[in-house]
Amino acid sequence: MSTNTDTNKYTILFAIGMVVIVGSLLAFTASTLKPNIQENERMETQQNILYTMGINENGATDIKFIGTDKVAGEFSKYISKQLIINKDGSSEENSEAYLIDVKKEQAKAKNGGTRQLPLFVGQKDGQAFYIVPIRGKGLWDAIWGYVALDEDMVVQGAFFDHAGETPGLGANIKQRYFMDDFVGEKLLTASGDFKGITVAKGNNDPKNLTKDDYEVDALAGATITGDGVSAMIKSDLKLYLPYFKNLKTQLN
Amino acid sequence: MGLLSKKDAKLITDPLADNNPITIQVLGICSALAITAELKASLVMGIAVLFVLGIGNVVISLMRNIIPSKIRIIVQLIVVASLVIIVDQVLKAYAYELSKTLSVFVGLIITNCIIMGRFEAFALGNGPWKAFLDGIGNALGYAVILLIVGFFRELLGSGTLFGIPVLGDPIEKTGLYSTGYENNGFMLMPPMALIIVGLIIWVQRSRNTSLIEH
Repeated sequence: MSTNTDTNKYTILFAIGMVVIVGSLLAFTASTLKPNIQENERMETQQNILYTMGINENGATDIKFIGTDKVAGEFSKYISKQLIINKDGSSEENSEAYLIDVKKEQAKAKNGGTRQLPLFVGQKDGQAFYIVPIRGKGLWDAIWGYVALDEDMVVQGAFFDHAGETPGLGANIKQRYFMDDFVGEKLLTASGDFKGITVAKGNNDPKNLTKDDYEVDALAGATITGDGVSAMIKSDLKLYLPYFKNLKTQLN
Repeated sequence: MGLLSKKDAKLITDPLADNNPITIQVLGICSALAITAELKASLVMGIAVLFVLGIGNVVISLMRNIIPSKIRIIVQLIVVASLVIIVDQVLKAYAYELSKTLSVFVGLIITNCIIMGRFEAFALGNGPWKAFLDGIGNALGYAVILLIVGFFRELLGSGTLFGIPVLGDPIEKTGLYSTGYENNGFMLMPPMALIIVGLIIWVQRSRNTSLIEH
């Protein structure tokens, strides 16, 4: 090569050229693929919501969502109502409530705004499921999930996911053996106060047979992720308490 | 290996043993500690690094004559970061399930020092074909150690391999657990990966004393 690659001029030009090329390449990829990615994410949300009410293709221990070809149909079939809950527990219908970005809503609440609280009502075999999205912080990055409740706020199904927890440790909140432990756990005390569920170490209940201890067995080596799960259950599900109180009085 | 000359073949086989990136060059330790609690994660990481290092080495090798030496590390970093991000975006658009499995690894791949190490030490001074073989060889050497460490950590820490219980049920106390055996939860912690890597280094150097530095 005849050009001298060590001069300052060449270095600066190379740097500028590289930034422009790499920048436009990344921007081009991101913008061309965006519709596809958004569509995938939308379907995933529907799959997650349906998953918590038991509409999935799970085997014995694995997690399998219903296929992307069927998800839209099943979603409109089983999810009877999509609601946005107000602070006083009243609600209004919104057929696009599942597209609400919980992250943005949490940021709104932090800046003093009102947070939109989406809730999805599912009907399956005569049973009603009230499905709530939650979001919180794990060890490295965001964690989120969907919890299906009955009218007494007893967990009927749970799904958790994460952006970047350690594979093999915190990432295992996405495993069946962790998520399934939540089923049957109560969020409310006998007197109707909100207590939440704690991911607890050494609760002497590894099979999770006791369903009224407000605890599920923690994962080894994933203390901070587990604490994050407890925290997001406590902070986010609590906001829905007024709705469930209203619902109780309406049903009685 | 009829396809490869003896010299080229060495580029692949050397990093598997006597010039292993983890045990000899001591690179890529951070990811080896972080993700080897499970065999499956080790395997995924091994394959991901194989792709990135193979392609990245070729790209850097093709650019080797035009990269200004003053900013070469930044250039390498940008090449590997954009490669990984583009692959991640394409997977998100066309193979969403797979991208969910890999998403956690993206950050770990970019910061893997083996990748930077091979760019710097090999790809900048060799042609694309050699650089490709070197990338594949080093990634395989990395994957082998990851799998060995993952095997012991998952077996002794959780009593499973690839998530399948092999020692019985620790809660029901069946199989090996009926004899009073317990899973060692400490194996799931990153320090134990360091100890296992240490043991591998010890075994390797006691078998081949020429590897011992003085």
